[in-house]
Amino acid sequence: MPSLYWYNYLVVVLFIALGIGLPIVAFALSRLLRPKHAYAEKTTTYESGAEPIGTSWVRFKVKYYLYALLFLVFDVETLFLYPWAVAFDRVGTFALLEMVIFLAILAFGLFYAWRKDVLEWK
Amino acid sequence: MRDWLYEPLSAERFGWMVLSILILLGVLLFLVTYAIYVQRKLLGWMQSRVGPNRVGPYGLLQTIADVLKLLTKESFVPTHADRPLYLLAPIVAFAPAFVVFAVIPLTDRIAFTDIGIGLLFYIGVASLSTLGVIMGGWASNNKWSLIGAMRAAAMMISYEIPLVLAALGVVMLAGSINLVDIVEAQRGVWNVVPQFVGFVIFLIAALAELNRTPFDLTEAESELIAGYQVEYSGFRFAIFMLGEYVYLFAMGALIAILYFGGWLPPHPALDFIPGIVWLVVKTLFFAYLPFWLQATFPRVRIDQLMTFSWKVLMPLALVNIAFTSLVKTIAGGVS
Repeated sequence: MPSLYWYNYLVVVLFIALGIGLPIVAFALSRLLRPKHAYAEKTTTYESGAEPIGTSWVRFKVKYYLYALLFLVFDVETLFLYPWAVAFDRVGTFALLEMVIFLAILAFGLFYAWRKDVLEWK
Repeated sequence: MRDWLYEPLSAERFGWMVLSILILLGVLLFLVTYAIYVQRKLLGWMQSRVGPNRVGPYGLLQTIADVLKLLTKESFVPTHADRPLYLLAPIVAFAPAFVVFAVIPLTDRIAFTDIGIGLLFYIGVASLSTLGVIMGGWASNNKWSLIGAMRAAAMMISYEIPLVLAALGVVMLAGSINLVDIVEAQRGVWNVVPQFVGFVIFLIAALAELNRTPFDLTEAESELIAGYQVEYSGFRFAIFMLGEYVYLFAMGALIAILYFGGWLPPHPALDFIPGIVWLVVKTLFFAYLPFWLQATFPRVRIDQLMTFSWKVLMPLALVNIAFTSLVKTIAGGVS
């Protein structure tokens, strides 16, 4: 007998509800117990006692974006590999050939990024 | 428990479902409490100290005292912080670490759900906790937090690809992304033998995903104080830590399932010990392994960290996949 599909997701929803619920309950409990004496000096930005200068919402290294872009490309490509791996037994040699081409493109992309020094942290 | 999924839903059944998940949560909280204790004891011994030994016998109540302390500590929001994001971040960091337990089967009979795409669900949901880290770091409006959060983001996305590619080898051997099928496919020999390279890649990438030493430079006490969580105090900080440790157990369980046969005993002669015991033992081993490594390795530099993922692990993972598919085609003799 097949399981009723949505039951499985009901459990997942219960997990999500508890995962969000626990911190909320914990915060509520701690709100009842903890003292509350915040004043301007206490809530200032912590910088080891030094007076913080300016905001910290600054522009940061462009390198991070390059990694994010690389990640996006490769993550999507790895997602395509999953159905292939599952169906590998049924599709056989044809799947192997297909994947050699796909992996070659993937490897070429990595090689290109490598040669362009995108992978270098400078 | 798995049978529940096949029977019509009633109020009573629903109640049992909620209760069983609550029990899991309780067990996890207990495990985390003592993981912190074991971590401090182990690190103490490895560094010729005694570790916590004051609160309760052998210091066993130390973590409980710490949690009670955090619960009664003041927890304010910094003036310059982005308030909604700041308050939301600990929840976003914790929830995914717990939700992934939904798909982890405890034995072939005991599982919370069986959504068929367990591994994909795990990988997808687990990477959401990065979001909590970035939110916390950005919303704090603190320079250390921001650097920590950006490093965390760069590291977690860089190591996620080797992680996913390494797990692909296991999927190919089992022909399924259902975690139960993956374990059942290891009846003959555990995946760690045919997929040893994949296992090593997976373990290294998992350490990076968990922000554990030698990849803990998102927290890097000596340079960033505590990274993204520097502005968090009281129980908000505790929830961040809790999420980190729950994720540790989730990852331990996943490694045990993917590479070490989950609930299968090492030898059929040991079948009389229930499967759940095997799974728990393996999970605990891989959850405690990072503590050992923490005492062993120094922290890597950020440039070493990024290049290691892209230039070593990633090509290695691609070769691993190509090799696995080649061997499978030749050995299988399929046409």
